[in-house]
Amino acid sequence: MEWAWVIVGSALGGMARYGVSGSVARRIGETFPWGTLVVNVLGSLVIGLFAALVGPGGALSGERMVGAFVMTGVCGGYTTFSSFSLQTLNLARDGEWPRALANIVASTALCLLAVWAGFALGAFIPGG
Amino acid sequence: MNPLAAYLVIGLGSALGGVARYGCGVLAAALWPVAFPWMTILINILGSFVIGLFATLTGPDGRLLVGTLWRQFVMVGLCGGYTTFSAFNLESLALLRSGRPLAAGANVGLSLTLCLVAVWLGHRIARRLNQ
Repeated sequence: MEWAWVIVGSALGGMARYGVSGSVARRIGETFPWGTLVVNVLGSLVIGLFAALVGPGGALSGERMVGAFVMTGVCGGYTTFSSFSLQTLNLARDGEWPRALANIVASTALCLLAVWAGFALGAFIPGG
Repeated sequence: MNPLAAYLVIGLGSALGGVARYGCGVLAAALWPVAFPWMTILINILGSFVIGLFATLTGPDGRLLVGTLWRQFVMVGLCGGYTTFSAFNLESLALLRSGRPLAAGANVGLSLTLCLVAVWLGHRIARRLNQ
């Protein structure tokens, strides 16, 4: 039944990505792919948090359906590598090399930091 | 354009992309269960290639004439739901936590390089097809 949770989670995550990235882009502007960056950082934070929660000793330890729904489904559907790649390519094609490089560095550094912070936070929450 | 229709096609595309990603994960665990996230790298390469190809094929000078909803279904839905930045980072963290910084670095380096090459390649092939 895991796959059914993945389907529902991915659909919700994908729609949330469209809504959030669009609203961030409208608010901050579209000269830099802020929308995708914000979405990927948030999704990385949440997947880190739940990885700790469903992992050994976590508050939701062994809850496979929670992992399938939240991590593989919602976080997987919410975050995107393809839009990140396409937006980086578009910046490079427009000759905006510093922005393309900044997108790569910021996405990599901030998402790694976010997944670590989420995991650390989840490890703080006492297990059941 | 009706915003509800956009959400519907993106939700449908993401659901299909997400379950395809899940299926690939199950397949990877059965085929070659090693402690390196090669399947996530492959998934992200394939999704990046398809989005680059489709964006240019259906763009302003593109040969394929499709409506905005089709572009949203394929690019935002299918490719967005199939690829993942969260699992990629979680797997890098897991490699770091298990004391394998080189493998984590390889995961980051390979993912970034190969996905950017893939999206560029998709774009170049589409430009050739558009001529």
